[in-house]
Amino acid sequence: MPIGLYILASVIKSAIVLFVLLTSVAYTVWLERKVVGHMQNRWGPTRVGPFGLLQPAADGLKFLFKEDLTPPHVYKPLFLAAPLIAVVFALTSISLIPFGNDVVIGGYVIPLQITTDVNTGLLLILGVTSIGVYGVALAGWSSNNKYSLLGGLRASAQMVSYEISLGLSLVGVLIMAGSFSLRDIVHAQQGHFWGFIPNWNIFHGQIIGFFCYLMAAYAETNRIPFDLPEAETELVAGYHTEYSAMKFAMFFMAEYANMITVGCLATLMFLGGWNGPLFGPPLLQAILPVFWFVAKVFCFLFLYIWVRGTLPRFRYDQLMAFGWKFLLPVALANLIATAIGVAW
Amino acid sequence: MLSIHLILFLAFGAVAAAGAINLLVQRHPINAALSLIAVMAALAGEYMLLGAEFVAAVQVIVYAGAIMVLFVFVIMLLNAGVEEQTKGSRVAILFGIPGMLLGSLLIAWVVLKHSGTGDVAVGALPGAPNVIGQLLFHEFLLPFEVTSILILIAIMGAVVLASKPPVPGGTPAKKVQD
Repeated sequence: MPIGLYILASVIKSAIVLFVLLTSVAYTVWLERKVVGHMQNRWGPTRVGPFGLLQPAADGLKFLFKEDLTPPHVYKPLFLAAPLIAVVFALTSISLIPFGNDVVIGGYVIPLQITTDVNTGLLLILGVTSIGVYGVALAGWSSNNKYSLLGGLRASAQMVSYEISLGLSLVGVLIMAGSFSLRDIVHAQQGHFWGFIPNWNIFHGQIIGFFCYLMAAYAETNRIPFDLPEAETELVAGYHTEYSAMKFAMFFMAEYANMITVGCLATLMFLGGWNGPLFGPPLLQAILPVFWFVAKVFCFLFLYIWVRGTLPRFRYDQLMAFGWKFLLPVALANLIATAIGVAW
Repeated sequence: MLSIHLILFLAFGAVAAAGAINLLVQRHPINAALSLIAVMAALAGEYMLLGAEFVAAVQVIVYAGAIMVLFVFVIMLLNAGVEEQTKGSRVAILFGIPGMLLGSLLIAWVVLKHSGTGDVAVGALPGAPNVIGQLLFHEFLLPFEVTSILILIAIMGAVVLASKPPVPGGTPAKKVQD
């Protein structure tokens, strides 16, 4: 493929993925308010548009028109940079996620992924998300506020601790697929066993790995029951106490974009990626894999919201004890068991 | 003609050099730590260009994502202020900087002249994760395991140093109430 066409294809793909990602961020917020509302016997947003569907647009406009306040005692360069760091790395990690097989348009093979399939795709995603910690840590420190600092410290300690369990829970899948490439991992999950059960890793002995991943992912994205960094009953709003208007919205976007990336990764690693039943005319067959992928990510996000509506928050010492004394040994045991099983 | 590889190599190199200089010039410790992160990220880009994808990813995960987080963490906890400005000694400026330039030139000349390295195509050297795994667990198994035991001992030492010393009476320290 000539370099000009390659760049054009990349730009178009980036624009589409970014648009879909930001729209789904907005509507995940809507879904969360709606679902949690119904769980608590309320209606959630209902006023703006049918079923409150235009609420995200109204919220976005409100964020844009609010006064962009910078408190006087903050360390300004980092106070401004922190939300940018958070949102940029949250949006960058999605570029390594493949959404389906290659498509052929006009004789050119175009992978359904912003970057081409890198051999170490999974490691790079983990690297990019691990840099996202700086957004939160620097926001807490540069705000020059004790609640913010405590929130930032909690967040960075929590994310560094749970990153280890997160990585180890994925190694079982890597051993089974024998590759770091996300595409190869999805291809290894094709087909069925016993006639009807899909060959996904979660049904193939990685169920413990999946639950370790799930818990570590909740902690990594600072969500309930691990949302200690922004525990409003003790820390006002944690690391983003001093932020308002669009700068606050950036942290919000980063959190939900990270949730979506984590959901995509769970789908690729454990839930068979874009594998699913294919039927109907050729055009439908071409669209179905992407549909299955999106449907699985949606289920994962719904689980996130469900957990948020159900569980209370841990204490901080419980969180650390759980991460180091329970989750890490279980993830290690799962890794050893998988290695023995594959070597058998 | 400039190939895209060369352009990217120069760009990442410029970022790494600028970050390193900024690290020395900055007076605030947290800015210096952040410049070091930029240097490490730029080096990861260079490794990627050389075809060492695994080393690049590990560089980002371990150095930029974990070790530097702990650096920033410590700076935040100690709340280290702006560095005190001192008058630089004239000897350091007159002899230090030319001496350093001369030294690095000498090292570069010796390395280029006598190391016997030649040009290699990108990706010709082992860089893929499976190749590195083979090297680590077959050819260099003993050094690898010895290093891991060394790190284990260091971790145990850190735990011993960080844990509170026992109370002289023989009774353990009272547990702090939540």
